[in-house]
Amino acid sequence: MDLQNILTAIEKTDPEIYERLDTRRSAMKSFANVGKVLALSAIPLALSSMFKKAYGRTPADVLSVLQFALLLEHLESGFYTEAITHTSLFDAAGLAAFTTISNHEAAHVTLLTQTIQALGGTPDPAPTFDYTADGTFPSVFSSYSTLLAIAQGFEDTGVRAYKGQAANLQENKTVLTVALQIHSVEARHAAHIRRMRGQKGWITGKATDISAIQATYNGEEVEAQGGVTITGIASQVDANAATESFDEPLDRAAVTAIVSPFIVTV
Amino acid sequence: MFIRKTRTATSNGQQEGIAMPNVHRRTFLKYAGMGTAILSAGAALNSCSKDNTDGSGVSLGSGDTSVLNYAYALEQLEAAFYIQVIATPYAGMSTAEGIILTDIRNHEIAHREFFKAALGANAIASLEVNFTSIDFTSRDKVLATAMAFEDLGVSAYNGAGQYITLPAYLGFAGKIVSVEARHAAVIRDLITAGSFADSTAVDAQGLDKARSPLDVFGIASTYIKTQINVNTLPH
Repeated sequence: MDLQNILTAIEKTDPEIYERLDTRRSAMKSFANVGKVLALSAIPLALSSMFKKAYGRTPADVLSVLQFALLLEHLESGFYTEAITHTSLFDAAGLAAFTTISNHEAAHVTLLTQTIQALGGTPDPAPTFDYTADGTFPSVFSSYSTLLAIAQGFEDTGVRAYKGQAANLQENKTVLTVALQIHSVEARHAAHIRRMRGQKGWITGKATDISAIQATYNGEEVEAQGGVTITGIASQVDANAATESFDEPLDRAAVTAIVSPFIVTV
Repeated sequence: MFIRKTRTATSNGQQEGIAMPNVHRRTFLKYAGMGTAILSAGAALNSCSKDNTDGSGVSLGSGDTSVLNYAYALEQLEAAFYIQVIATPYAGMSTAEGIILTDIRNHEIAHREFFKAALGANAIASLEVNFTSIDFTSRDKVLATAMAFEDLGVSAYNGAGQYITLPAYLGFAGKIVSVEARHAAVIRDLITAGSFADSTAVDAQGLDKARSPLDVFGIASTYIKTQINVNTLPH
């Protein structure tokens, strides 16, 4: 990506761009600073940061969604970081899977942090977490089955949380796409964890064998989409297939209610 | 609505039953799975694309309709593939694999029929697929193709989300893409345990792929016989 060319192109469209940005040199400098921390795929975010500075447009909505996503990623990242230190709980495959997921969640924290900064925001600090959920899961880091159950809950909740925020990101296509790219990774994680637990990779109805996290699945049982009844839409599509084939979103309030027992301080 | 089944000669040797040797097809799939780094090279894309930019072929419509028809086309492709997989099971398909692949078939049919119903009169007709390059008797080849389709589907929805205008339609795409990602993860684990989100699928920033509609059609058109006019797709 040639920054000079981009700036030249902007200059043609808006001759006053540098008055808005102070100077071309400061534009280049702030760009270079951001470029040091961002991979190529995130550079459009830096660009939008520059536009925001010039034109005062980063809707609070987008930043708010990113802070919410960052909180969830901190929750997950902290969980997996702690989990993989308890090596005696795992067999080799389990530890490898958790390590893969842990790396992704840490990467999501980094990317969201940088994205919030690039948009001119200040990332909220990570809260202190209590992965026993105030005593609901006392064996979280001593029982493999409890550990996996919580992991499944976090992943399936994460999928629903991102899905629920997509429409709030439509005004920033770059951020929307990044959020979608995280969303599907969370779904991959969810499928794998579910299968580690002997479950199907997909969610049937609102069923879960973990009653303490039922709220993560409530609402997954819908059999119609946009007024189209999916059950029976073809001979192969029974109610199970209808509910499995569409994952459902959760709004922010519902997600907050699910994760708040794990959060000690905000 | 019209569908042209004739087309000009392409370099992939797909038409008229001239199947490309499987080894080449496998190699192509392998590289296709590696993403835009290779596919963004125009030559690689065009070498397998039969889609029309000259205005002929099936019209996808414009705006959100074109994106939904694009998704409908991909779901038709996936559904047709899994219908064939279950109709002619590969040698040694385990009970567990049969359940998984049947579930996925049913999900893809649900997606296909949902888009058909949602699009109503704007829906494109049923596409003709071309699976002559897929050896359905081989577990390795079936699962490799399934993985390619699922990863492609994920990247397609991820890349198309930004082009959708109506929030409700973005919502449908979101509801479906995570199910495709679940499929991708499970299929990948059937091929190699623990590969559900390995570095061929998820990059160092923890991101899945996002492909443009034109890139996706460049890959998928290998398996779609019907000519599609991709001119109206957003890009």
